Order: sequence, then C-alpha cells, then structure tokens
Amino acid sequence: MRWFWIDRFTEFVSGSHACGIKNVALDEEVLDDYCLAYPYLPPTLIVEGMAQLGGILVAEHFDWEQRVVLAKIGKAVYHRPALPGDQLRYQVRLEGTQDHGATIVGTSHCDGELQAEIELMFAFLEQGRFAEGSLFHPGDLAIMLRTMNLFNVAVDQQGNPLAISDKI
Amino acid sequence: MTQYSDEVFEKVRTALVDALGVDDDEVTPEATLVGDLGAESIDFLDIVFKLEKSFGITIPREELSPEDILTNSQYVKDGSVTPEGMTELKQRMPWADLSKFEQNPRVQDFGNLLTVGDMCNYVATKI
Repeated sequence: MRWFWIDRFTEFVSGSHACGIKNVALDEEVLDDYCLAYPYLPPTLIVEGMAQLGGILVAEHFDWEQRVVLAKIGKAVYHRPALPGDQLRYQVRLEGTQDHGATIVGTSHCDGELQAEIELMFAFLEQGRFAEGSLFHPGDLAIMLRTMNLFNVAVDQQGNPLAISDKI
Repeated sequence: MTQYSDEVFEKVRTALVDALGVDDDEVTPEATLVGDLGAESIDFLDIVFKLEKSFGITIPREELSPEDILTNSQYVKDGSVTPEGMTELKQRMPWADLSKFEQNPRVQDFGNLLTVGDMCNYVATKI
C-alpha cells in the first residue's frame, strides 16, 4: 500500500500554510474492513493526511534540514464521516516553531462544510535516533512531492515559485 | 523568587492539562511535572508551545533545560553537580527552587526537579 494520504497539493506558501485534496474512493483497501457495511475513511488517516501536508510545510520551512516526525495530536474533532465519493479539502497553517519542533492547526472541509479540525505537533528527530541521515531514500521525497503536484503550486512568502531543493 | 499571579497559574494549569491530559486538581504548585504529572520528554516541547501561545512569549530551550551545564565536566563530578555547577544553575534558573536538589545534586534527578510553581515563576519573569 502506498502511504500517501493526500492526492494533491493545491496551495503552498512557504512558512505560512498549505492546502491539499484527498478523494475518498470505494476501491481503497482501507475502507474494506474498518466498519463493515458502512465504508468510510478511518479518521486517523485524515489526521495522517493533514500530518503529511503539515509535515512538508514544516520541513520546507526548515529548508529540508530537519527530520520531521509527527509527535503529538493535540486535538482531533470530526464533524462528519468521510464517505466514498467525498472530496476532502485540507488546509493546514504553521502556528509555532521551535529549535526542536513545530505546531500546525488544520481543517478538513467537505462540500463546503467543516468535516474535521486538528492540532498537531511535530518534533525533529536527532541524528542517530532510529536512523542516520534522511528518512527517505535519495530522490524518493522529491518524486513523491512532484507526484503530489507540490512544485506546481508552491511559492515563497513573496509569491515566487519555490525551486526544487537539492536537499530532497 | 518571582511571585506569580492567579492568572499566570490558571494559564499554566490550562497548558498542562491540555498537554498532559491530567485533571485540573492534579495541577498544584507543588506538583512535579515528571513525577506527579507524568510528563515525558516530548511533552516538554508541547508545554513550551502552549505557554508561548498562551502568554505571547518566546522560550529558548536552554532556559528550561540547562543541558550544557549538566553535561559539562567542569560542573559535574561523579554524576553530581559541583558547587560551582550549582552556582551556574542558580544563575540560569533563578525562578526554580533548587534547595531540595542541592542537598543531593545527582544529575539523574534533575529531570524530576521542576514543579508547576517553578513553571509559573519562570513565565512570570517573561511577561
């Protein structure tokens, strides 16, 4: 299974916010057994989607030099299930940064209605913790982000297109 | 030592309740963050974010976590902080009550030193 929980970036402003889309489809394996006879996207994977969106926002803000991992879920409130055919529109905003981590707040909307609200904290893995070097094989992150349309929408604070960093 | 207001205490309590999932009445001025409230290392980062947001302050890591002193051979001998090291700690953390720690200043015990009252005192020096 691919561990991609957003389909596409739709907006990305360095150090500020990011938006993305997650389409829920009935052929997704994760819907099969989660709740028999009532398929919906497991809410934890909505957190994961916004964590991927937010994790990239944080990593880019720190010039891809930190190993960013989801450390805590401060809040996760769901207002309605995400059903097959739904398109979730995620938005995450960088809220706080420290030398050792960052926080984001995020929302998920569906059909114009608030579907979920989250607050996440990311920590930066110290070198040597769990693994040395990057958490990705060389080039994998760049391929993933290209696939997710990041570089077609990403801009810096002045609105200039973001270059593809050689650090990814 | 700095005196803090009820408002400071209430804001610190809210931050700790949110970060640690403890009950309001567990958060007393005397409660230690690690021993009594169960804070783990990752929680301290969360607490720092919450206090920064709540009070509109910036909290440099070294102010709450004097690792540079506790890992400096000039200030630590046989696993305990030397008198010289205690002087450094007191200068760095004038808001913390180090009197108990000073009686047997083993580095390994430092992590369980901070109390809710210490946090309130610290925040009061920043606002």
